[in-house]
Amino acid sequence: MKIVMAIIKPFKLEEVRDALTAIGVHGLTVTEVRGYGRQKGHTEIYRGSEYAVTFLPKIKIEVAVASDQLAQTIGAIASAAKTGQIGDGKIFVINIDHAVRIRTGEVDAAAL
Amino acid sequence: MTFKRPSLAGWAALATLCAAGFVDSAFAQTAAPPAAAAVVPNKGDTAWMLISSALVLMMSIPGLALFYGGLVRTKNMASVLTQVFAIVSMVGVVWTVYGYSLTFTDGGSMTPWIGGLAKTFMRGINANSTAATFSNGVVIPELTYFVFQMTFAMITPALIVGAFAERIKFSAVMLFVLLWVTFIYFPIAHWVWYVAAPDDVAAAARALAAATDAAAKTAAQAKLDEVTGAVGWLAGAGALDFAGGTVVHINAGIAGLAGALIIGKRIGYRKELMAPHSLAMTMIGASLLWVGWFGFNAGSNLEANGTAALAFVNTMVATAAAALSWLLCEWIFKGKPSLLGICSGAVAGLVAVTPASGFAGPIGAMILGFVVSPVCVFFVSTVKNALGYDDALDVFGVHCIGGIIGALGTGILVNPELGGVGITDYTNISGNNAGTYDLVTQMIAQGKAVGATLLWSGFGSAILYKLVDIVVGLRPSVEKEREGLDITDHGERAYNM
Repeated sequence: MKIVMAIIKPFKLEEVRDALTAIGVHGLTVTEVRGYGRQKGHTEIYRGSEYAVTFLPKIKIEVAVASDQLAQTIGAIASAAKTGQIGDGKIFVINIDHAVRIRTGEVDAAAL
Repeated sequence: MTFKRPSLAGWAALATLCAAGFVDSAFAQTAAPPAAAAVVPNKGDTAWMLISSALVLMMSIPGLALFYGGLVRTKNMASVLTQVFAIVSMVGVVWTVYGYSLTFTDGGSMTPWIGGLAKTFMRGINANSTAATFSNGVVIPELTYFVFQMTFAMITPALIVGAFAERIKFSAVMLFVLLWVTFIYFPIAHWVWYVAAPDDVAAAARALAAATDAAAKTAAQAKLDEVTGAVGWLAGAGALDFAGGTVVHINAGIAGLAGALIIGKRIGYRKELMAPHSLAMTMIGASLLWVGWFGFNAGSNLEANGTAALAFVNTMVATAAAALSWLLCEWIFKGKPSLLGICSGAVAGLVAVTPASGFAGPIGAMILGFVVSPVCVFFVSTVKNALGYDDALDVFGVHCIGGIIGALGTGILVNPELGGVGITDYTNISGNNAGTYDLVTQMIAQGKAVGATLLWSGFGSAILYKLVDIVVGLRPSVEKEREGLDITDHGERAYNM
């Protein structure tokens, strides 16, 4: 079992969700984050004050999948979230030791 | 009886013209002095003044509060809102207890500089007391004048806090404002707006015109001198300030700059992100300021007549022009027109038209609006960045500079040849040129008002800041400033989302 964690541009969220639903991945956790990679940010000017805004708003999604669905999931997210412009984001894969569905008590693969 | 606008000899001139029959007036009809019939307020005038007072209160809360609040960081929103609300509340009490009396009564030998204590605790003022307006024989209830002027006294100190927002203690704000209104605002308002009894001036001028022999003329002249002497010294100098360009805006603006310099910059100024947390709130505030300002300017006419309508229209067109002008400046020189820019432009226009509102013609007011924005843009960006001071919410750049442009512009735009109302009713007493507009004379008078305000408020405020620093301390500690004044001064957050 793996958690696929992806940092994506905020406006891409709906597209990514639709792509994951299409491959049978249900269940997603979404967090609003700020960050930067090689995209340096931009300048904002408020009256006379100029600010270099380096931390840009992004969306972090985390989805738990079975290992055999991993490649499909990564592919779906990558193609849905891509714009070709700098700042598209990154995908990370983290290993899960255990999983439990709270309502029923099912564990591991049955919990995903 | 009190009077807000300056230039008494103009009243004398008008009264003389009345007596000579050149101007039609009710008094010209009677041959013998009538048994004095009590003059009662007009219901329309009274209603208008009460509405205006409510509009000006709305300018402070929530207008100014939101305008400023949206510009600070989230962690300081409640602090800004509380400071404005608390200032309004405290000044309301102070005005009632002694503020009105110090500003708008006779001060004996000190009358040119300050009033007296005759009306402290509102003694002698009741529902039947009246206050004079700019028209002979027209009065409003003194209570409306009292509360209208109160709202001005409330908003002026509230303007100042923007200059040192996000790094001053609440206790320091309260103590400073208490001292500031007492020693700076009440005197300046008295200098510009106190005229003891304008109807007495008119009566004395008529008596002088009617006097036939030399002895009667001398006596009448002495009487006229006596009543024209009972005025604030800037009123006597012929300075024109319809609704408070000097008293409110230059005054608060320079006091703000003094505070910004003495208190120092915010921690992380120019290095950390200090963007406005909610331009939406700022826009709401700016819009409420615009709507409320009709009470500020048109209400300063003290009656509901054509001049009030003129002030209303000037407040509309100058603001629209200034908002557009700031927008265009940014579009051309910075690339993108911004919401903050257009809101700031509107406020700058409102500030500039304030002293001119009842004196300029609408086209003149519109030009004033177009002119003030580029100047203010220059001060809030180029000058502020070059000199490096942290006037957080641009109180100096918009209110002081805008007020100076407006005050000087008033001296130019009142010219009848430029569509102004002219000064057949108002004149420079010392220049003794009743009924004629002279650019140089008027600009000298305007210059005196601007200069006196800058000096008294600039240096006076500096002294008061130092005093407050000794008594309670001005700045919060570094940790408190970093955490945010909402929590450290008020124990609450503006947002709990």
